[in-house]
Amino acid sequence: MAELLQQVVIGLASGSIYGLLALALVLIHRATGVINFAQGEMAMFSAYIAWQLVQWGIPYWLAFAGTLVVSFAGGVAIQRVVIRPVESAPVLTVVIVTLGLLLIFNGLATWLWSGEVRTFPANRPFPTRTFEIGGVVINVQDIGIILVTLGLVGALWAFFQFTKAGLALRAAALYPDSSRLVGIRVGWMLAVGWGLAAALGAVSGMFTAAAFPPLEPTMMQAVLIYAFAAAVLGGIDSPGGAVVGGLALGVFLNLVGTYADDLQDLGFPIDLEGLRLPVAFVFILAVLLVRPQGLFGRAAVRRV
Amino acid sequence: MRHGWLGLRIAGVVAFVVLIAILPNFLSDFRASEFARVGIFFIALTGLQILTGYTGQISLGNGAFMAIGGYVSAILILGRPGLEASQLEAPSWLPVGDGMKDIWTIPIAALVAGVFGFFVGLPALRLRGLYLALVTFALAVSIPLILREPETLTGGTNGLNLFGTTEDRLTGAIDNSVHIPVLDKDLTFNDWTYYLAWSIGLLGLAVAWALLRGRPGRAFRAVRDSEVAATSSGVSLASYKTLAFAISAAYAGAAGALLTIVSTIVTPGSFPVFLSIQLLIGVVIAGLGSLVGLFLGALFIYYLPVGIQELAEVGSLPDGLQDAAKSPGMPSVIYGVVLILVMFVLPRGAASFLSKVSFPLTKRL
Amino acid sequence: MQALHGISLSVDDGEMVAVLGPNGAGKTTTLRAVSGTVWRRGEVLFDGKRLPRSAERTAKLGIGHVPEGRGTFSELTVLENLRLGAYTRRNGVGDDLDRVFGFFPWMRDRRDQSAGTLSGGEQQMLALARALMGRPRLLLMDEPSLGLAPLIVREIFAIVRRLNEEEKLSVLVVEQNAAVALESSNRAYLLEAGQVALEGPSEELARNEDVRRSYLGY
Repeated sequence: MAELLQQVVIGLASGSIYGLLALALVLIHRATGVINFAQGEMAMFSAYIAWQLVQWGIPYWLAFAGTLVVSFAGGVAIQRVVIRPVESAPVLTVVIVTLGLLLIFNGLATWLWSGEVRTFPANRPFPTRTFEIGGVVINVQDIGIILVTLGLVGALWAFFQFTKAGLALRAAALYPDSSRLVGIRVGWMLAVGWGLAAALGAVSGMFTAAAFPPLEPTMMQAVLIYAFAAAVLGGIDSPGGAVVGGLALGVFLNLVGTYADDLQDLGFPIDLEGLRLPVAFVFILAVLLVRPQGLFGRAAVRRV
Repeated sequence: MRHGWLGLRIAGVVAFVVLIAILPNFLSDFRASEFARVGIFFIALTGLQILTGYTGQISLGNGAFMAIGGYVSAILILGRPGLEASQLEAPSWLPVGDGMKDIWTIPIAALVAGVFGFFVGLPALRLRGLYLALVTFALAVSIPLILREPETLTGGTNGLNLFGTTEDRLTGAIDNSVHIPVLDKDLTFNDWTYYLAWSIGLLGLAVAWALLRGRPGRAFRAVRDSEVAATSSGVSLASYKTLAFAISAAYAGAAGALLTIVSTIVTPGSFPVFLSIQLLIGVVIAGLGSLVGLFLGALFIYYLPVGIQELAEVGSLPDGLQDAAKSPGMPSVIYGVVLILVMFVLPRGAASFLSKVSFPLTKRL
Repeated sequence: MQALHGISLSVDDGEMVAVLGPNGAGKTTTLRAVSGTVWRRGEVLFDGKRLPRSAERTAKLGIGHVPEGRGTFSELTVLENLRLGAYTRRNGVGDDLDRVFGFFPWMRDRRDQSAGTLSGGEQQMLALARALMGRPRLLLMDEPSLGLAPLIVREIFAIVRRLNEEEKLSVLVVEQNAAVALESSNRAYLLEAGQVALEGPSEELARNEDVRRSYLGY
């Protein structure tokens, strides 16, 4: 039982990472109707920026905040410069553009920081020691990740619910034409959406570097797939769903990995441990087949 | 089709075929092998065009079908003796013989991949647009990992090496000389791969053209343009959608088999996610629904990464860019930037530009 | 596709002007051209100054547009809709809310209700209230009577008329319901096939033979 709880906590921590990236994906999809295939690479690039800031002697949490600001600005710039020109182009064109961004960020990270293994200093962002409650061993880092994630999600929710800008953002995403009539500059609102998403992705990237060192250009590729799975599970337009989906997926995948050996002993033919990615894939597929709108999404009526 | 146009079109096709046939005479051996790979891309693109350009189903996973074709071909070429020689083993229930000539594995690889594609097409029925893109993307990421697992069959991370095979199965790979009895000519291995790839490519193109002209083609386009209209006019959506998946997978499987034969080795790394992305890029560059554009699409996706590197070696870039272009990661960046710029200028691909200059081989709706 | 073929109209300070005409005459396009929602060739002068070509900046200058089909933010609450109406305003939003609640008392009680669950008439009132929250100097209304019961239509026009008379709010209203539009307005234009066919004081148009036969039903 203790073992189970331990694995659940670990799963919640990795689930937080997936949930943050999934939230970023959902934000952009809600705002601009686009699936940003480059979200993972952008997050990875942000993590490298954080690392670089720390290398330059900036204290970790200051670097963390600085990275958020830079990532936010980057997201805004990308929407204005790269996405806006193809706003009215066919869906596939926009997909290709985000794939182009994927290649650019991947290449830039390799070019700027190639070669050696890079890690953040020890005990950053959170101490990696463990403590024990009633026989259950828990890592402080995991708790830190979970709490910061919940805090961020809460802050974001409050922003959307209670502030004028948040309200304007919601309106601009849902009803761009009517929003213009009340004076909302819809284009910039969408850009802010991309900025927020980039900042969330940055947190996901920085936590990934902490939880699954070392820092390397390919580190967010699997996380992106898991984030897709989480977003689909929660409902591609539901921010809350994305977070819940991420947490659930994290726990699920971790349990699968932990008990894969036991499953094999019971006669299950394949070793699932190395197959977490394909498992996530099958998972996405299953959810889309059974309930295409996800747990919290609204069903779109399709009459054919 | 008006008669004037018809004459021009036939002339264009003939010119194209002749060009393909005589090109190796003007190319170095190395370039011939490059063009063979362009041909391999061309085959995979033709299949994807049918799926994405004609029925409108976005697939970011056709690299996975190539992988299946590639592995099937390798396993068949090696046969049980070959597998044993590499300390591998095929399960007894698999119809693996004692080793097959490489050319004959191509249609089989296509068939197996096609069946696979059919089964992917079934759940795809319920997915549309970006969801389908997501799922196929996940497929592309997963397949290299899945292929690592049954190590005794696939050779795990090391893959399958064909070099140990006897001469009569691997055409020309070992002595670099292929004798063509009909023409009484000797070809180098690279020239032979060029002709093999492009013969299949042209054959595939002809088949696609015939398909798309006929009833399946009209049905495909009906599916893409309006599902409501298609169903109400009696077109069975489901069967055509899965058929399109199967066909595109078959083409990809043939391409994958060819790639294995040409490289004489296949590993999980032969079919990375990037490959699937490249295929989709190729179709969009070509222009959705255009068969003529596919040639340009294949050239683009093959040569852009290669070209950046080659330009850097040759030194014809301005100084600042020179060093940058050679360093790891830069080619990727340049590729991405070029891609985005091309999308800005030609959001509908080369076809929109081409159709003002010439015309597509099939009648475009 | 060009909907208007050279029109010219004006609204004087404190006037209420109606634009009538059959479907497809270009009435909605006229309003959209003013608010900057569609591309236009030619100039729109507001207070003697040219209006910008973007809807957002036009709204900021004091032009409130109540679009065809209401355009309410259905997933947001009544209060959120109203607050968004005051988006361009910096202070005094609280007073504006009170004013609006004065015109539509029911909104105060149901402010947390989702706008999408309101009836057609209530949504039209909400759309109007939202535009008023911006303290506009010119109100553009597009087919407010569409799909509404006659009683509600009268109520809405009565409120608009009141605003026009008491606060000198200039109004340009596009309407298919010629009767109620001519009753409430000072002047009117008749648009047909993208051009102005007739214009003049509303009472005159109401007495005009052709207008009566085609648009007033008698």
